[in-house]
Amino acid sequence: MSRLADQPQAPDTSLEDIEIELFVRALKLRHGYDFTQYAPASLKRRVLQLVHAQGIDTVSALTTRVLHEQDFLPVVLEGLSVPVSEMFRDPDVFLALREQVFPVLASYPQINIWQAGCAHGQEVYSLAILLEEAGLYDRTQIYATDFNESALRHAQEGIYPSREAQLWSRNYLAAGGSHTLADYYSARYELIKLDQRLRRNVIFANHNLVTDEVFCEAHLVLCRNVLIYFSDPLQDRTLALFRDSLVRGGFLCLGTRESLDFAPSASDFKPVDAARRIYRLGPRNAVKE
Amino acid sequence: MATPQAIVIGCSAGGLTALEHLFARLDATLSQPIAVCCHTGSSTVDLLCELLARHATLPVEEARERTPMRGGVIYVAPSGYHLLVETSRRFALSVDQRVSFARPSIDVLFESAAEAWRDGLIGVLLTGANSDGADGLLRIRERGGLAIVQDPVDAESPAMPTAALERAGADHCLPLADIAPLINRLCL
Repeated sequence: MSRLADQPQAPDTSLEDIEIELFVRALKLRHGYDFTQYAPASLKRRVLQLVHAQGIDTVSALTTRVLHEQDFLPVVLEGLSVPVSEMFRDPDVFLALREQVFPVLASYPQINIWQAGCAHGQEVYSLAILLEEAGLYDRTQIYATDFNESALRHAQEGIYPSREAQLWSRNYLAAGGSHTLADYYSARYELIKLDQRLRRNVIFANHNLVTDEVFCEAHLVLCRNVLIYFSDPLQDRTLALFRDSLVRGGFLCLGTRESLDFAPSASDFKPVDAARRIYRLGPRNAVKE
Repeated sequence: MATPQAIVIGCSAGGLTALEHLFARLDATLSQPIAVCCHTGSSTVDLLCELLARHATLPVEEARERTPMRGGVIYVAPSGYHLLVETSRRFALSVDQRVSFARPSIDVLFESAAEAWRDGLIGVLLTGANSDGADGLLRIRERGGLAIVQDPVDAESPAMPTAALERAGADHCLPLADIAPLINRLCL
């Protein structure tokens, strides 16, 4: 909107946005967690929700607590990561993995899969079940990573509200599951607990996509609906990290509504199933040093 | 308000019929981008886009992550994701918790668009069965934008416009038939 020349030159940034910028800076300086490259609109919502949930009035009050209360950090990280998912979310993606990706994975003597941003672990268990049913799980290592410690603990426990079970069971069948989901969990009170045997080849580890580097050589990287929270440069950096972590011909699976239009590193990946955002790393000649 | 630069629209129950009516009557030369959040309950909005495109005077497409909003295009929020507008006027998606039991949530679209367009935004709330959109419309008004609410008496489901009127009020409260002519007048 055009501003008349004789009006005072009020800065275009709202007070709330200034406070959020200071909060993000405090978090980085005090604790080393860098949210400066997160997509601003979602981050703002999460910060404001955190303010609301803490029963305080301003983002500045949140910043004060971040600076002065060491115990407050986990609360903030939990609030800023808001891990929401379900088992076999977008069942057709899991079906496509089973039909188009697993046959290639089956040709490797040892299979490494990196689930990046595993949140509460629903997709880790989904994947483990599919691999088990495909007869591949015993030679698979899944690295399930997240920057949020409490989410990792939750993922490790594999305990979820039983009200989710009905939807997840439907998803499981739509994903081509060959038993019933109930075979893989026990229900008690209002909770279901996933079979601990599914965890036998999973390593849960803290890894921050913003700051950490390559740690494994993967045949498949799953990272669904994580990059949607990242700015273009961070999305691109993360795709490059996936590229460098994948073996030649390795697979990448993203969320079904993610766009790679603004990420130069995406050119290293060739679509296998574009609608389901399953890609394969092309030959190394495309990779710059 | 300033000359409108963008339009956001929210609806739920009865929304398809209302949107069809509205989009058939918008001026084909409108240069503002239009973003729509309609609760559908289905897993994709392919069909919704197709049905809307049948009678709409402007092109209809699903909003894509990171894509800049182009003028004269109607963007529909994808199923299962919140649709947000960055201050760069590009779309963003999130899978954060449902808001008012909805994802996409009208509040999320409206609140982010209010920050992006400030007094250049028109918010339109139509028929619907819950109170989603009321907080968002309030934010739009607080930022100097303009609020249009379908008259609850005229709406197939009055709950949503009623809740919005109570929470946010409106600059215009009128029957569906009068909303497209008003938008055309404000925007041309």
